[in-house]
Amino acid sequence: MPKFVELWVYLSATPLFGLTATLVVYVLAQALYARLGQAAWANPVLWSVVTLASLLTFTGVDYPTYFSGAQFIHFLLGPAVVALAWPLWERRSALRQHWRALLAAALVGGLAASGSALLLGWLVDLPHDVVLSLAPKSVTAPVAMGIADKIGGIPALAAVFAVVTGMVGALSAKSLFGLLKIPTDTDGWMARGFSLGTAAHGIGAARALQVNPDAGAFAGLALGLHVVLASLLMPLLFRLF
Amino acid sequence: MIGLRGLAWLLAMQSLGELLSRGLGLPFPGPVVGMLLLLLALRLPLVREPVAACANFLLSHLSLLFVPVGVGVMTHLGLLGQYGARMLAVIVLSTWTGLVVTVLVLRAFKGKRDA
Repeated sequence: MPKFVELWVYLSATPLFGLTATLVVYVLAQALYARLGQAAWANPVLWSVVTLASLLTFTGVDYPTYFSGAQFIHFLLGPAVVALAWPLWERRSALRQHWRALLAAALVGGLAASGSALLLGWLVDLPHDVVLSLAPKSVTAPVAMGIADKIGGIPALAAVFAVVTGMVGALSAKSLFGLLKIPTDTDGWMARGFSLGTAAHGIGAARALQVNPDAGAFAGLALGLHVVLASLLMPLLFRLF
Repeated sequence: MIGLRGLAWLLAMQSLGELLSRGLGLPFPGPVVGMLLLLLALRLPLVREPVAACANFLLSHLSLLFVPVGVGVMTHLGLLGQYGARMLAVIVLSTWTGLVVTVLVLRAFKGKRDA
């Protein structure tokens, strides 16, 4: 028994633990999600986060130790943002054709998402730096961290807000679009996907990609566009006020 | 191998983007500059084929990449205990606002096009 404890102490402190735990838990969550017919509530990010956080709390492994392994996965967010050029390139003719509508939607939708977060956060009396960390929450996590840092928020908190935002979007978009009677023809899927990518970034885009290829491509497009717009405009707007 | 060449392109563009972003004090984060550079470079078939293979793989597993940051929620349990319900309410309502406004703007443009 002491032998086992010793081994566990060794293993849980190596980067191997965080990396393995993240991949294994995610693969299982993904399998469960597929098994349940990709029901929105079975979102693999949500359940992976809940499972891993419980596992760490239960085993007493702290977050920095976990992250020393999980950082290898986290690192890929950078190349993934660069890779967003691909869906943009693939849909360049649609982009050229609808650029006014898409630009207006990303701009107004993005502003609505951050503006309402700032306003509501201020109304319910959250601390100032927490409110500022809410502003970039609809932009994908690594970029949200950079923006939060520039406007005086807390980067780590902004990343968590972004992930929660993505999960909320992925979980509720279907019912919300149903209520608004957005159709499920090509145009409807385009609008649904674009909206998910704008308001719920990569996690919304991942959900859109699983539901419909048109929705997925336009979610990727929205994600890329929103990243460019937000990183250009947000620090500028905050410098003005 | 082709996927590996694609990853090399992605990393090269990210590094170049990082250099430009920091060197010139641009408002965009490095990966965003890298994305814009890659968008220009995709005109070349030499770049396009390997990048397509790698980008499709990376983007189809995009949600996995958010898990490590998401688990970071446990380091903010104090803040969550104090403000958790309010923060969640703000996030849910503002996300719905963003979704609804974006989709309605797009539908309004489509309505104008059809009319």
